Amino acid sequence: MSPRPGFILDVDKSTPPSLFWHGEGFRLEKLPVGSRVIYPPEALDPLKDPLGTIAQALEHPVGDSSPLSSLLFADMRLTIAFDDLSLPLPSMQSPDIRQMVIEQILDLAAAKGVDDVVLVAALALHRRMTESELRHILGDRIFDSFNKMGRLTQHDAEDPSNLIHLGLTDKGEDVEINKRAATSDLLVYVNVNLVSMDGGHKSVATGLASYKSLRHHHNVKTMVHSKSFMDRHNSQLHSSNWRMGRLIKEAGVKIFQVETTLNTNTFPDSFSFLQKREWEWNLKDRTGFIAASTALGKTPPWLSRKILHSIRSPYQLTGVTAGEVEAVHDITIENIYKQQLVEVRGQTDILTMGLPYIGPYNVNSIMNPILVYCLGLGYFFNMYKGMPLVRKGGVLILSHPTRREFDPTFHPSYIDFFDNVLADTTDPLEIESKYESAFATDPWYIHLYKTGHAYHGVHPFYMWYWGAHALDHLGAVIILGGDPKTVHRLGFMSASTMSDALEMAQSFVGPDPSLTHLHSPPLLMADVK
Amino acid sequence: MEYKTDRIKKALSSSVPGFPFKAPTWPTTVSRKPKHSRLGADYDTEWSRKYPVRMVRALFLDGVARPLIKALIPPTVFGEDRLKDAPVPAIFAANHSSHLDTPLLASHIPLRYRHKTVIGAGADYFFDRTWKAALWSGLAAAIPIERTRVNRKSSELAESLLKEGWSLIIFPEGGRTPDGFGQSFKAGIAQLAKKADVPVIPVYIKGTYDALGKNSRAFKPGPTSINFGLPLFMDAGEDVRIFAHRIQQSVDQLSYELETDWWTARKAAAVGMTPELTGPEIKGWMDEWRRTKSKATKGPSISRWPKTD
Repeated sequence: MSPRPGFILDVDKSTPPSLFWHGEGFRLEKLPVGSRVIYPPEALDPLKDPLGTIAQALEHPVGDSSPLSSLLFADMRLTIAFDDLSLPLPSMQSPDIRQMVIEQILDLAAAKGVDDVVLVAALALHRRMTESELRHILGDRIFDSFNKMGRLTQHDAEDPSNLIHLGLTDKGEDVEINKRAATSDLLVYVNVNLVSMDGGHKSVATGLASYKSLRHHHNVKTMVHSKSFMDRHNSQLHSSNWRMGRLIKEAGVKIFQVETTLNTNTFPDSFSFLQKREWEWNLKDRTGFIAASTALGKTPPWLSRKILHSIRSPYQLTGVTAGEVEAVHDITIENIYKQQLVEVRGQTDILTMGLPYIGPYNVNSIMNPILVYCLGLGYFFNMYKGMPLVRKGGVLILSHPTRREFDPTFHPSYIDFFDNVLADTTDPLEIESKYESAFATDPWYIHLYKTGHAYHGVHPFYMWYWGAHALDHLGAVIILGGDPKTVHRLGFMSASTMSDALEMAQSFVGPDPSLTHLHSPPLLMADVK
Repeated sequence: MEYKTDRIKKALSSSVPGFPFKAPTWPTTVSRKPKHSRLGADYDTEWSRKYPVRMVRALFLDGVARPLIKALIPPTVFGEDRLKDAPVPAIFAANHSSHLDTPLLASHIPLRYRHKTVIGAGADYFFDRTWKAALWSGLAAAIPIERTRVNRKSSELAESLLKEGWSLIIFPEGGRTPDGFGQSFKAGIAQLAKKADVPVIPVYIKGTYDALGKNSRAFKPGPTSINFGLPLFMDAGEDVRIFAHRIQQSVDQLSYELETDWWTARKAAAVGMTPELTGPEIKGWMDEWRRTKSKATKGPSISRWPKTD
């Protein structure tokens, strides 16, 4: 049976309560009659022969590109860059798709006698990955072959000796990227395209860039005008990256892009209830839900986090495309839309969504309040094409405990951002002008980023900017079940029950509002007409 | 007036949490794909006719059910001599007043039929849950009979079993009497007898309505009677509706025989004056009023303590 497309449910009296993620737990909320619930399409059928398809893609590239084997030669400098652990979410079951692709690239390189090969994790300003994380992404065979020779590296955006300035775009944007990658005879970039934002020119222009380069698109003005940053043709973030990417190509950097798409088979069988529509839950799903929610509710947050972060997703490959960046990306976007796009008619007064325990920036770590903000107002709010799901001046209700918890190893600058910056203002523009530079150039944060496993000092600012478009668009944000003090610091309101939240929302949108619930997991993108 | 059982049911349902502890309700806005059911008339009862299951059932029927029936609703069996030379297999067609009819008849039909007999049971009532279907097919060798609509599957199953040598107990009224009076027999039984080419043995059961009628609130132990009639064969060229009527008339006669005596019943039958089990024809509310007089509301029974009389 072919997978069912996305679906919009009109809630009636016999509709069972809807599932909401609530951080490390879940909520079941009875939504008012007349509400809409947007359900994602079912997981697409995977490729029958993933390894064969990868080999085929490398040998039959799209766009203006020769087969990979013909681009390889004995004395060349080959750099293979790959996405870091922020993709996919949760981390996928072994073997990771990056391992499967890179092993084949290395086989081809070995056959051609290419000796000078370096692997670079495209971190941008993300934290350095640990050995076990790298082993999970690349597999033991690659890790052991390259790490001890110093040929497995993680991009350092603060290492001037390994950065090269390639010029300015016609809009005056600095293009400064990883020197090894830029000066190689061939740069192969291996992507995991979980959402439509990923990949394209953004891979190299962001993943291998320096702060000097990133600040041109990771800023409030660009983000407010990216409507949305999941829709490339209406995203200034992507326009900037595309300008930079074209300049990189003009500067002579030869890129062979590999993009991979996954289906939305996100959780293993024991969490099957997360992937199903509530009225289709069978006894096993209901038992699984009761067991999981009771167990997670009774364990302390650190333990439930540990349990949940140990989940490995059974994602399956739905597409592999290789070749010239733009031609590859066009096909990738089509594949992603095929899996995630749901057509929705009209906007809503109130948009509700549950936020999970994991986002791109807290893999194996804590979802701190700033990341809650970013996941809700940055990522989930922007999962649209056309226009936002919620109308201008509408209300967003997020469900998350939003505790004042931080990981000092991974997110040191976030703590200061929360305590000092947000105590002063929550206005993105003011934050950017008053505080960004000090955090971005702070030597201690730079030291932690370069030598430890810390996100760059400027990273919490970027998180705040990710939500700038939503902040500009929304009338109010309510966090259901959120810690009141913490939520207040974010500039939002907290409500302990859904009916309280709806009552509060009515003071912004008027009586008898329309309500839409974005049901996840798995991920979906609304095509709002 | 709210009965105690209703109050208990209400209390239980209010204390049981809803979804996800209960199965979810289906939104009316979502069309439901008809699910391939393995229950009702589609339930596969073949396992219940395997030898090990038959052996266990025989032990249960003779070792548990029969003694229990004898102790609680002791039956007097009449007309067993009429079945001495009756062919095997056959269809036993009886009036239906109570759930007790099934174990009573199944445990008291002649021995040469008893352990190779299936019982036609309402698919919608006895086979609507997996546990019920397994219980009834295992314990009573029940097979599902569709009562509410025509279903070829259930009639084909019954026919094939009859052809394989299994006898069948069936209640052609299609359900228990709600008021003690009999109901018209459905013609399906005659059709089945014709197709399988087996005789129909009419049976009249008395006393089970008083013990546990359809609307009884409590079980009242008491004596019962079973009266077996002569096997009926379908005449060549006989219409199935006429044969069905003949079966019903035979059961009426067996009933009248127990009310009076064999000779009186035979005389009445000869002149077509056997009273029908279905009772007098209802022409107006007054007839129904009189007919149901025995069910008139009685005053509340007041327990007194200490007893004064």
